[in-house]
Amino acid sequence: MTSLTLVRRIAARPSIVFDALTTPEGIAHWWGPDDGPVLLAETDLRVGGRFRVRFRMLDGSEHESSGEYLEVVKPERLAMTWRWVGGEAPGESRLEFKLRAIAEGTELTLTHSRLPDEETRRSHEEGWSGALDKLVRHFLAASKGGRHDQA
Amino acid sequence: MVNYSDRLDRTFAALVDPTRRAILARLERADGASVSDLAEPFAIKLPAVMKHLDVLDAAGLITRSKAGRVVTVRLAPKPMREAMDWLRRYERFWTGSLDRLAAYAERKEAETKRSER
Repeated sequence: MTSLTLVRRIAARPSIVFDALTTPEGIAHWWGPDDGPVLLAETDLRVGGRFRVRFRMLDGSEHESSGEYLEVVKPERLAMTWRWVGGEAPGESRLEFKLRAIAEGTELTLTHSRLPDEETRRSHEEGWSGALDKLVRHFLAASKGGRHDQA
Repeated sequence: MVNYSDRLDRTFAALVDPTRRAILARLERADGASVSDLAEPFAIKLPAVMKHLDVLDAAGLITRSKAGRVVTVRLAPKPMREAMDWLRRYERFWTGSLDRLAAYAERKEAETKRSER
């Protein structure tokens, strides 16, 4: 399925990065693509617990996403489902953070994957074998798309 | 807004069939082919090929254009473009967010080091 992977080196120890990712206080400082404010951050940090974050962008638009924690292994691993609230982009995706201690601090690997819906899962079981992935790769290569991968 | 998951469902359903996948693979290599060209490698009749083309068309995977008596079939990149839009959207979201996350965590690290001293 389609997925995005980003890797960052951060000059902070993994426990500090993990807290920034998982506490409402930490999330309030960074969540969102520009310098707009986080309006609400709730986390129930345990497997099966939920998170909810609402933020406003500099253009004034407000967005909210929520999901359920799937894996919580402090300070090295965090996985959760992800869904936009309010139907701006339907469908559920899966988000995963891996933190690795390195000399200068932490290497963070983020993977955000688009999940297939029911129909797609059925099609897959009926014998569909990655043809769309292959086609997507073909078009991505043609458009020189940067740091994406297809896994 | 056109329903995004509906379209994806149709795309994936269209790709289940091996003949349709073979047609797409053929179109991937050639920049357009006539219907009879496409029918040629398969042991099926032209009307059956036309039916497969209808399914691929409905899924937005191909386009058909007619010049005189020849119908030319081409690959349509729209479903792939949707996958790319998905990637671009999240790349923008996470690149900005991770910049801010790194800056915040690095500030916290400096504070923690100061208090440890």
